[in-house]
Amino acid sequence: MVEVTRRQTLALGAGAFLTELLLAGAVRAAGKDTLTIAYNVNLPSFDPTDGTSAVNPSIQAIYRSIFDQYIGQAPDLTLKPGILTAWGWNDDKTKLWMDVRPDVKWQDGSPLTPEDVVWSLERAGAKDSANPISFIWSTAGNYKIDGNRITADAIRFEPTFFMWMAFLTGYVLPKAYYEKVGAEGFEKKPIGSGPYMVDEYQGNAFLRLKANPHYWGDKPAFETVIFKFVPDATTRVAEIESGSSDITLEVPYEEFDRLKKVKGLSGVATPISDIGMIFITNKEPMLDKNVRLAAIMAIDKKAIVDRLLHGYGVPIETLEAPEYSAFDPSIKTPYDPKKAMELLAASGYSPEKPVKFTIQTTRGFKPKDYEMIQAIVGMWRKVGIEADIEVYEIAKHFELRTTHKLAPAAFYNWGDAIGDPTTSTGFAMFGPSPHSAFKTDDLDAKIGPLWGEKDEKKRIDGWKAVDAYIAEQGYVIPLLQYLQPIVYKSDLKVTPNQSGALQPTLVSPAT
Amino acid sequence: MIALAILRRLLVALVTLAGVAIVVFVLLRVVPGDPIAMMISPGASQADIAALRAHYGLDGSLFSQFAVWVRYALRGDFGTSISLHRDVLALLGERLPATLELATAALEFAVIVGGAAAIAGAMARRTWAEPVIDAVNGLLLAIPDFVWALALVLVFGVVWPLLPLTGRVDPSVSAGMTTPFYFVESLLRLRFDVFFDLLKHLALPTLALGLPLAAVIARVLKGALNEAMAQDYVLLARLKGMSELRLVLQEALRNAIGPTLALTGVQFTFLIGGTVIIERIFAYPGIGNMAIEAVINRDLPLIQGLVLVFAVIFILVNIAVDFLVALFNPKLRHA
Repeated sequence: MVEVTRRQTLALGAGAFLTELLLAGAVRAAGKDTLTIAYNVNLPSFDPTDGTSAVNPSIQAIYRSIFDQYIGQAPDLTLKPGILTAWGWNDDKTKLWMDVRPDVKWQDGSPLTPEDVVWSLERAGAKDSANPISFIWSTAGNYKIDGNRITADAIRFEPTFFMWMAFLTGYVLPKAYYEKVGAEGFEKKPIGSGPYMVDEYQGNAFLRLKANPHYWGDKPAFETVIFKFVPDATTRVAEIESGSSDITLEVPYEEFDRLKKVKGLSGVATPISDIGMIFITNKEPMLDKNVRLAAIMAIDKKAIVDRLLHGYGVPIETLEAPEYSAFDPSIKTPYDPKKAMELLAASGYSPEKPVKFTIQTTRGFKPKDYEMIQAIVGMWRKVGIEADIEVYEIAKHFELRTTHKLAPAAFYNWGDAIGDPTTSTGFAMFGPSPHSAFKTDDLDAKIGPLWGEKDEKKRIDGWKAVDAYIAEQGYVIPLLQYLQPIVYKSDLKVTPNQSGALQPTLVSPAT
Repeated sequence: MIALAILRRLLVALVTLAGVAIVVFVLLRVVPGDPIAMMISPGASQADIAALRAHYGLDGSLFSQFAVWVRYALRGDFGTSISLHRDVLALLGERLPATLELATAALEFAVIVGGAAAIAGAMARRTWAEPVIDAVNGLLLAIPDFVWALALVLVFGVVWPLLPLTGRVDPSVSAGMTTPFYFVESLLRLRFDVFFDLLKHLALPTLALGLPLAAVIARVLKGALNEAMAQDYVLLARLKGMSELRLVLQEALRNAIGPTLALTGVQFTFLIGGTVIIERIFAYPGIGNMAIEAVINRDLPLIQGLVLVFAVIFILVNIAVDFLVALFNPKLRHA
């Protein structure tokens, strides 16, 4: 007979416990039908039309998975039919019309109707709306429904009205369901018409989506999508390298270069509709045009992109990235430190007697933001500009900007996922906008008429002329267009999205 | 007497909480970072900004805002989170259990490992093993929790991918828990699959939080044990033939534990604070992770609620430690 002592029993029990612990559901790659994304931001709210999360470009990939936008957007930023199959203005741009796609269902099986579209638009444009883009949605009103066609009056002609339908807060929500459950009920159990529906959500942990069986569009490649909310970049790198996740984004460039060489992983980095820039504020010494232009000419943007960002960036000359509709390649602000010194000398400055001001920047909010400013300050020092770096949080930047109290120079990034000049040059440079820093009547006079310009060619040409004027005057310092690094398992195929939204519908098994 | 002592402690606790509420309320509205500035549209006019400020109750004077907040707080209504659009108390109720589970696991780990190291060190005193134990302990003490976290992510994420790096449960399956107290519920419902899944997800954050605390416990307890072992009653027990292990556990430990208990209580409150960074690194859905998001978004009602929760935890831990110390030290029972 085998005798087992008490110690041996305890040891066996501990061994069994450890084995169960390590083997039961051990770290496993997601199944063939499941896509796991190590995502870089959390999802604060399921309402894509309300509050700060609604205007966070990084969350749009999740919103586009659950909800439909009025108008769809292809990865190259062009508009395509969504819930609306066709849309347009009448000849004198006093009315607008849109056709609603028939036979669309909400995720609870109920039909999506033109009433839902009208309700969503009216809610978005309401006077007491918490929709941050209500100033666009409120330009149309008096909606009428005739079958699947909706018509409305243009209270004020807004040339970008339909573009915003593919942009921030441009989502259709279910009227009946929302009114029944209210805002808090909708947060607990959101319903959309998009390709995926919410299966389970744990705030700050994960969101599991299941394919919507009622979806009107192409069946998505994966039955299940898991967004793991992993804000820490080191952990995201470990997630993809360990195989716990299938795809991740926004990893440090050095890690991106390393990871894409790891067996079983691939990487892609493409330009997105997000730029880095330095706001110039209209206060001394930036009221001196020589100082502004010298500050621009002293920056070697190519060197910054090549050496700091490992080549992952596109130097830009205006606030329009190459994919934007008002991009004008003829506008140049060349790197010319000699000319910069001449301009400063004309104003009585030199490396021995530099012009002094503060430049504000975040640290770690955007890739290499602080390091870029350090490099720029070093470049400026050589020509006769001495800048003190002040580091602050992004929340303080917003507060200072809206109260027009930014330092003479302040680093920021600006996203523009519809590529329209109003949402980049316009909002960043128009004086009355709470988001502009350099407020000047001459520029406002040029921008003002463009807001309601009905002739599209004239409108775009007008914005190009504004960008040329801004470059000539040195009212802002455009730096670079960002690239978005995506790392994924090699058995996947990823279509990069210029808007930066890593939508699961753009990922599929590689054949 | 005991009832009076409890009442006195509760009154002090209330006053402390009131002070915390006032300080946090004022500080949040004074430090830079305006939540309204973060959400206004590019086309917003001053009237739009004022309307938004009124919508979120941020338009009154500091005193009137505080008065409104207190009036609602006394009814158990801590407001609605600006960023999460949900009731603050409900959010705290959902996330707090996860942090408590993590903190409790880290404390248990620290007590067991630290205690074992201290006992081993006391038994190994004046041998070659003692300086080795002290050196290892010193190393653990010198490395902060967030460095441990990153090291564990590297080891278990890249070198030896054995344990999950993020989250509280496996996101690919539904845990099916009906309360936020996953550990307790999984045991009560005999859902051992969920229980073991929870343990696996808790392992790395527990190690990161628990290792520095274990080192503190080991150092303090070893010192106290060494002191106790030099006492006459221990010498007498040794002369009576008691083994070294029994001497440490039965004679020295109960006299050495008092100071360690008090220090552990203080360190535990630091550990709770440490959950903020650890939960962020491991994407663990507790109140620490939520606190970081709340600060980034300047979600004032949520930050206030979180700070009060942390304050309540600190107060309760301190009360518990005081009573435990009195339990082990009869001299303090009538103090």
